Amino acid sequence: MAPTSIAWIKRGIFLLALGPLIRLFWLGFTDQLGANPVEFIEHSTGTWALVALLLSLAVTPLRLLFNMGWLVSLRRMLGLFMFFYACLHFLAYLWLDHWFDWAGIGADIIKHPYVLVGFLALILSIPLAVTSTDAMIRKLKRRWKTLHLLAYPVAILGVLHYLWLVKKDISQPLIYALILFILLLIRLYYRLKLRRV
Amino acid sequence: MLIGRPSDITASEITPATVFRKRRALIKAAGLGTMMAWSGLSLGEEPKTKIQDYSKSSYGQEEKLTSYRDITTYNNFYEFGTGKEQPAENVGQFKTTPWTVSIEGEVLKPRKLGIEELMKLAPLEERIYRMRCVEGWSMVIPWVGIPLSSLVKLAQPTGNAKFVELISAADPATMPGVRAPILDWPYVEALRLDEAMHSLTILAVGLYGEILPAQNGAPVRLVVPWKYGFKGGKSIVRIRFVEKMPQTTWMRAAPREYGFYANVNPTVDHPRWSQASERRIGGNVFSRRTPTLMFNGYADQVAQLYAGMDLRKHF
Repeated sequence: MAPTSIAWIKRGIFLLALGPLIRLFWLGFTDQLGANPVEFIEHSTGTWALVALLLSLAVTPLRLLFNMGWLVSLRRMLGLFMFFYACLHFLAYLWLDHWFDWAGIGADIIKHPYVLVGFLALILSIPLAVTSTDAMIRKLKRRWKTLHLLAYPVAILGVLHYLWLVKKDISQPLIYALILFILLLIRLYYRLKLRRV
Repeated sequence: MLIGRPSDITASEITPATVFRKRRALIKAAGLGTMMAWSGLSLGEEPKTKIQDYSKSSYGQEEKLTSYRDITTYNNFYEFGTGKEQPAENVGQFKTTPWTVSIEGEVLKPRKLGIEELMKLAPLEERIYRMRCVEGWSMVIPWVGIPLSSLVKLAQPTGNAKFVELISAADPATMPGVRAPILDWPYVEALRLDEAMHSLTILAVGLYGEILPAQNGAPVRLVVPWKYGFKGGKSIVRIRFVEKMPQTTWMRAAPREYGFYANVNPTVDHPRWSQASERRIGGNVFSRRTPTLMFNGYADQVAQLYAGMDLRKHF
């Protein structure tokens, strides 16, 4: 694909990825966030962080399966959008939900497994966001690839966070878990195949 | 002419009961009659039936009521789906008349009771109660109902009756959630006999002075204000008096997370989340949580029921 069309696709996806945030502001200003607006914001930002994360992890499998090498140029943006929505998610939790009640928040994170795994996922994604620049890629060389393997535990913890939050009907988080599983399986398949060759 | 199907109508479009009533009055006054009334219905307003004869009570007068819209669109009623808005969207096929409640088990007078008879067991009374959900949110709801004790007295439990089991309807044809094995249907809740006899415990048949909407558990549901909301079984079809402590639906679903008593208790966390505070429904984005009170603020009336019990163990 030509560089100019890739640039246009990137711009398009950038605007698309801002959509969920714009929607939240729209719903907020028009009083359409429902009976429990804080919960709505937490769920929405969390969902979109997870979607962006799975999309960024889908880049390599899709590239391998369909020979779409140009997809790689979208991966960083998708990864950063995951981090962006995860930060908004955490901010909504700290501010709107708990009003920076640090003692309560600390206890909540330590005592409750679903909060803890979500928190860990966010912490582990910080080094990924920090080292996402071209300069850092050049600087870290081979170590950059090793470091960015962290995307896998981040994804697994993120899905667990959703799964353990849900009270009984786990069909939604299972969809995310299934997609993650398939994406990991495709990678594993290609890794084993390459090793044999 | 545009007639919206229920699923086309977002919650925000639904007129709050107060506004709607005013509009009705206005329409009547203007003598515009049926045409405008019809257009009111086309906006997604369910036809409502006022409860003619009920008295007010002093409970909860100091509380600010949660809006009719929030109470009727933010529900946990898994028989109609696990999403909060799903019950209001999915009750269309559900019929609440005719309705009978079967009284069974360790009683001298087993019988079937029509909903109309049940509503006459005691004078209907409005009870404004706080409702605390185990998920950490709460509402203030003006129920209309009768004390459960009036039904217990009618049934005349034998000396063997120690518990009252309340069993909800589970009709896959009209309750789409029942088609999925999310919970072990039918939904079962239960109380100790003394809890059932307590004057705060009611069978609710109305809300905001009107017949209970289906998504809130029509035609009759249990309300036990000092316990987490899930104790309040909805659309009850059977009431059984038994000797052994029944296994309730949520106890079977997750025994570590839900106990028999389920008393609101800020000092005993749910394994997965804190119960120390709650979010009152109806606030805006910047509304803060408020501390949860022991027995949901009804400790003065009910604490003696649990004297000497370890509430960490009997959660």
